[in-house]
Amino acid sequence: MNAVLHAEDLTIRFGGFTALDGLTLSVAAGEKLALLGHNGAGKSTFFRAVLGFLSPASGKVTVAGRMPGSSTARRAVSYLPESVAFHRALTGLEILTHFARLKGEPVAAVMPLLERVGVAHAARRPVGTWSKGMRQRLGLAQALLGTPSLLLLDEPTSGLDPVSRGEFYALIDTVAARGAAVVLSSHGLEEVESRTDRVAILSRGHLVAEGTLPELADRAALKAQIRVTARPDDADTLHARIGGTRINGASVELSCDVPGKFDLLRRLANEEGVHDIDLQLPGLDDVYRHYSHLEDRT
Amino acid sequence: MSAASRILATSGQEIRIARRNRWALLSTLLLTLFALSLALFAAGQAGQVKADTLTLTAASLATLSVYLIPLIALLVSYDAFAGEVERGTLALTLATPLGRGEMFAGKFLGQAAVVGLAILIAFASAATVVAATGGLTAAGAIAWLRLGLTSLVLGGVFVGLGLAISAATPRTGTAAAFAVGLWLVFVVLYDIALLGAVIAAGESTFTTHVFPWLVLANPADSFRLYNLVSLDTAPVAGIDGLARTLPIPPAATLVPLFLWVTAALAAGIALVRRLTP
Repeated sequence: MNAVLHAEDLTIRFGGFTALDGLTLSVAAGEKLALLGHNGAGKSTFFRAVLGFLSPASGKVTVAGRMPGSSTARRAVSYLPESVAFHRALTGLEILTHFARLKGEPVAAVMPLLERVGVAHAARRPVGTWSKGMRQRLGLAQALLGTPSLLLLDEPTSGLDPVSRGEFYALIDTVAARGAAVVLSSHGLEEVESRTDRVAILSRGHLVAEGTLPELADRAALKAQIRVTARPDDADTLHARIGGTRINGASVELSCDVPGKFDLLRRLANEEGVHDIDLQLPGLDDVYRHYSHLEDRT
Repeated sequence: MSAASRILATSGQEIRIARRNRWALLSTLLLTLFALSLALFAAGQAGQVKADTLTLTAASLATLSVYLIPLIALLVSYDAFAGEVERGTLALTLATPLGRGEMFAGKFLGQAAVVGLAILIAFASAATVVAATGGLTAAGAIAWLRLGLTSLVLGGVFVGLGLAISAATPRTGTAAAFAVGLWLVFVVLYDIALLGAVIAAGESTFTTHVFPWLVLANPADSFRLYNLVSLDTAPVAGIDGLARTLPIPPAATLVPLFLWVTAALAAGIALVRRLTP
């Protein structure tokens, strides 16, 4: 595989605290990977290790086949930190022009890029007067400068409204289509559904799951929840016949495998004393919760 | 792109930031006002003392500069790295091809240029006032040139120290506190402590052999002594009485100033290399 980013058995420690433990992960050119996990799961630590800011206690990372932080790696990488606040007194145009100079990109590319992320109208105003979403767009513009082969985006859509999020992922798609590998971190699966090719879930520094979303949902084999509400006074007899757990006096809750749910529903529908049936299928958040709590249970 | 263009881009950004920083503007204004009033005061004294107006102003400006130039330099520089750590832009900047040494060089050059511009504006306006009142002499012009150039070096020392402080502390507030402390120690407390020690020691080997070197070890004193030693017609007082009894040639008083620039830059670069964004 043509891996732009490759981490092998990567372990990062801060004093006695292990922030990343034996992480092995590869991202190929043109591939989009979502990195999920709670606060403190190790997402930002991973980014900082890939940038060469942290040195591994063991294992290694390569970017475009080179050491993180080497000049080849720096030229290949574009980074958007989790919460970046540019100097309030500078204008958006000045900030982006500065980064264009640092990256050796033509200054003429700056204004079109500001237009592309939708903040060109405010380009000559100090960013201190910009809204949070606009500043986030400026940060993204900075990451899109030039032709990076690896895009590292740390919670890039926090603070963006749903419309902006859509535009944001559309921009990411064009960069990936050009052949860049994209790694972005997020808090929830729902947000990255159908936006990325693959998902990796971190929990307390461990990689607990990795694959496409359908794969992860299959592997989690979560149960469907069925809540049966009984007619008045029928709850006890119904509970005795169908089993499950009694809830708030009048209801019984059952769980079953997702493929077998229809047979169970049919059977329940024919039961005496049933007033109503609610079906709840496992959602993406349940899948995410399943994997991120695996660590706690073992 | 080359390292030089990345350094220049960084310097340009620092100058832009300083231009919008009210402290930099305010302190330039303050320095100019002080320099102008000293020039006018000296012009009023002309004829009463044997020194000419320009020389007299240079002497009083040397004493004033020791207070204000380090202050301006520290005000401009203390936020340089701490601020970027706090805002999160340091990680972003260091993820680009810009090297850490390049970043330090760019910030230093940009901020030194800001301090240099403040010095130029203040001193040039004062010199213009003196020249307009007819006090222009060759000796006086040389004294001004010496004063201007060594002021730039003094500014460089404190920009370097300010950057080092900024790289050593991850919080802007802490960096500001350290900068004020540094200014107090070098510019105020050091001299008071030495004067106290000399008074206590009286006529002893400390006063004759140790004290002069201790005074020279301070970059601010080195700057002031060099400028006063070179003006033998200017009146001196307090710790500057040493200017008349120095055990070394006048030019040698500049050595500590240049050693301090080197040390401040070396410390700053070492600290920036150690920074974890």
